[in-house]
Amino acid sequence: MLEATSLGCVRGDRRLFTNVNFALGPGSLLQVQGPNGSGKTSLLRMICGLLAPAEGEIRWQAANIHSLGEEYFTSLAYIGHRNGLKEELTPIENLRVASGLTGTQLSHDEATIVLGKVGLAGREHLPARILSEGQRRRTALARLLICKAPLWVLDEVLTSLDSSAVRFVTSLIREHTNKGGITVVATHHEFDLPADSYQRLDLA
Amino acid sequence: MFRWIVVRDLTLAWKSRVDVLSTLFFFLIVVSLFPLGIGPETNLLRLIAPGVVWVAALLASMLSLGRLFANDYQDGTLEQLLLTPQPLYLVVLGKVLALWLVSGVPLALMSPVLGIQFGLSGNTLFVLVVSLLLGTPVLALIGSIGAALTLGLRGGGLLLSILVLPLYIPVLIFGSGAVDASITGMGLQGSLSLLGAVLVLSLVFAPWATSAALRISLE
Repeated sequence: MLEATSLGCVRGDRRLFTNVNFALGPGSLLQVQGPNGSGKTSLLRMICGLLAPAEGEIRWQAANIHSLGEEYFTSLAYIGHRNGLKEELTPIENLRVASGLTGTQLSHDEATIVLGKVGLAGREHLPARILSEGQRRRTALARLLICKAPLWVLDEVLTSLDSSAVRFVTSLIREHTNKGGITVVATHHEFDLPADSYQRLDLA
Repeated sequence: MFRWIVVRDLTLAWKSRVDVLSTLFFFLIVVSLFPLGIGPETNLLRLIAPGVVWVAALLASMLSLGRLFANDYQDGTLEQLLLTPQPLYLVVLGKVLALWLVSGVPLALMSPVLGIQFGLSGNTLFVLVVSLLLGTPVLALIGSIGAALTLGLRGGGLLLSILVLPLYIPVLIFGSGAVDASITGMGLQGSLSLLGAVLVLSLVFAPWATSAALRISLE
């Protein structure tokens, strides 16, 4: 259960948003919308605990996320608008390192299978540097397939993806919410999901 | 998880080994310039050797600090590291350990070869290596605070050296002091013990300060 009460964000001397409230139970999906510079990324970084809210608080399972500390990070998967990949490493190495850092060992073969699922078969051994923007995005998304975190925070995940990859991500999110996970997505894309199956938050 | 951070950074260092090697070459060249500039005056060279080698080590480890967090910050992996379910203290310690393994250790192991140019005796060369092995981890630890504070700033490199070099002074004094004492035949235990004490102190406090600085830089 993720709750935000009267959140406010100030960047520099500009007030981006005030009084943002939402409560997300198991199996819910929240789409954060708003024009460029309205604070979508800031809100998502607040949910991750990377940015302290100027006012209000965010609670996970009824406890403030800042008091939870590292414990909170076991239930969180974040994909920012920078992919979080090392250019020098191959997709396999990137995935294995990312998985190892969250405490789960991933073998070479398992990583290959996961990367096949996100459409990178045959590209697993190339350094991320020479992959296309979309392929790098897919590599970053592969992390979602191996993580068991109930809370996904995804920032502009659909940019530079082709239509089949967009459908794949949509189905991934639907599967995650069906299993009782919570997803927060910032995107300008319209989801190909029934309108009553997700909540929207407009940061105007 | 701690192991993965070290393995990750060592792999990355291996893949960009030109960067690592250029730091070592910098150290090698700076130290070698002095005997060439001063000429074959053995007594003078022996006198300045501890200071020269140690100052060059200080500058070389300054150069390697730029790599510590800047690349991870740019590609977003630093955010991911902050969100791993383990204390940030350990993440920082792992990264500093990996940095020391690829910069401090080879630098210390290379120093006897350079010491020969200055006419240092075998015993003194040994003390030089020991003092560098004790001192370079302190340089990496203290430097990590500066690297975290200057993260994402324009012209951060110069600011980093202004911030960090004054903090290196105790290490320089005790480190070159130990080598000096070994040349003049005085007791060197005092300097080495103090160097060890500084190492323990910075092991406890530096990663903690670096973690706090990283959180601020990433806001």
